Amino acid sequence: MLRTRVIPCLLLKNESLVKTVKFKEYNYIGDPVNTVRIFNELEVDELMFLDIFASKEGSSINFKILKDIANECFMPLSYGGNIKSLDDAKKIFKIGFEKVVINSNAFDNLKLIEEISKYFGAQSIVGSIDIKQSFFGGQKVYSHHGKKKQSIGIVEWAIQLEKAGVGELLITSVDKEGSWDGYDVELIKSITHSVQVPVIANGGCGAVEHIGEVVKKANASACAVGSMVVYQKKGAGVLVSFPGKKALEEVLR
Amino acid sequence: MGNLGSIKNMFKYIGVESKIESDLDKIKNASKILLPGVGSFDTAMKKINESGLKEVLNEKALKEQVPVLGICLGMQLLTNSSEEGILDGLGWVDAKTMSFKSVIDKKYRIPHMGWNIVSESNESKLTDGFKDFDETRFYFVHSYFVKVENEKNSILKTDYGLKFDSAIQKDNIFGAQFHPEKSHKFGMNIFKNFAKI
Repeated sequence: MLRTRVIPCLLLKNESLVKTVKFKEYNYIGDPVNTVRIFNELEVDELMFLDIFASKEGSSINFKILKDIANECFMPLSYGGNIKSLDDAKKIFKIGFEKVVINSNAFDNLKLIEEISKYFGAQSIVGSIDIKQSFFGGQKVYSHHGKKKQSIGIVEWAIQLEKAGVGELLITSVDKEGSWDGYDVELIKSITHSVQVPVIANGGCGAVEHIGEVVKKANASACAVGSMVVYQKKGAGVLVSFPGKKALEEVLR
Repeated sequence: MGNLGSIKNMFKYIGVESKIESDLDKIKNASKILLPGVGSFDTAMKKINESGLKEVLNEKALKEQVPVLGICLGMQLLTNSSEEGILDGLGWVDAKTMSFKSVIDKKYRIPHMGWNIVSESNESKLTDGFKDFDETRFYFVHSYFVKVENEKNSILKTDYGLKFDSAIQKDNIFGAQFHPEKSHKFGMNIFKNFAKI
């Protein structure tokens, strides 16, 4: 049987790794290459890098950092942050990443996903959806790192991305992000019920029990983790770590 | 998947020289051949057939008998045929490539993507040293799987709704359905073994 993947989701800001709370408060974590070396030694399942400023400000992809990371890492790697074209994806794959994560640029150009999916296969592309409680009227889809509200429904967008050819969906609860109090189980469940592709739950993980909960109750295929693997505990200093195999097996049993 | 950059990175890390080559004359001089796979079965076979690579590969693998390792789609190309396409495979190993979709329970999501464990079905130089790991696992991404006709050509098996052949061998020809280049110490072990053959 397939093991549930636990994926450290690391945020790039220029040349540094940062961690956010609800997509705000950019706290410095460390140098990306040093950090991935530690994750490499911890033999984590997979790593995801999101350049939050590339998507927010529309700045260009930092290929040099990606190359440094890929040279150090022998695990599946994905990158997201202002991927605009098939050519961008080609460059990222050539460096040694195997998945691209696309969020904001899909809203204006769903063809981008179709193109990448046709060329490299669905497994190479992760559709990412950020969801945030809006001031009026419940949870909404947001793009551009939580800046821009989109009018399309959450499940409807997930289905459209699946049809366009993504191989996985990354579902992030902005309100839960950096909170340490567990995934938005209901939100994840609403997506896994509506699509066939694997769903990666993101936002809120603070303990291994949260991983067990979202996998069992919401049928998530994988879990992205942030704060838990870069801090000692909530409110404490930086410590790069990864839950032990036994602890994970326990909660996933 | 079938990422050339990562494969080269891992060989460099374990101190083995590798070259990404499309020039037929240079491939003729290779002492070992690694066959990754990008795209679909027919796209890959069409390229192999039309570029003249097929004759070179047949010469190297069957006459000179240099070690060949096919990875992911590259392993599927070693078989006779695939349900993904209509073209013939290289047919070096008596096996066929089949679709998960038509045979496994719907609760299994496709592609089979993620880490999964392997169990040894037959001893092989490629899987030397696996006994030192308490559990050997690899990273998989695929929608089609390989079934060997002759069980002695299966060297590893993996369970995903059914037991399929996750690594195969016939003489000097090896195939791995998973991605060694993305499976840290387990993958390095495979590449080191292949380099030693």
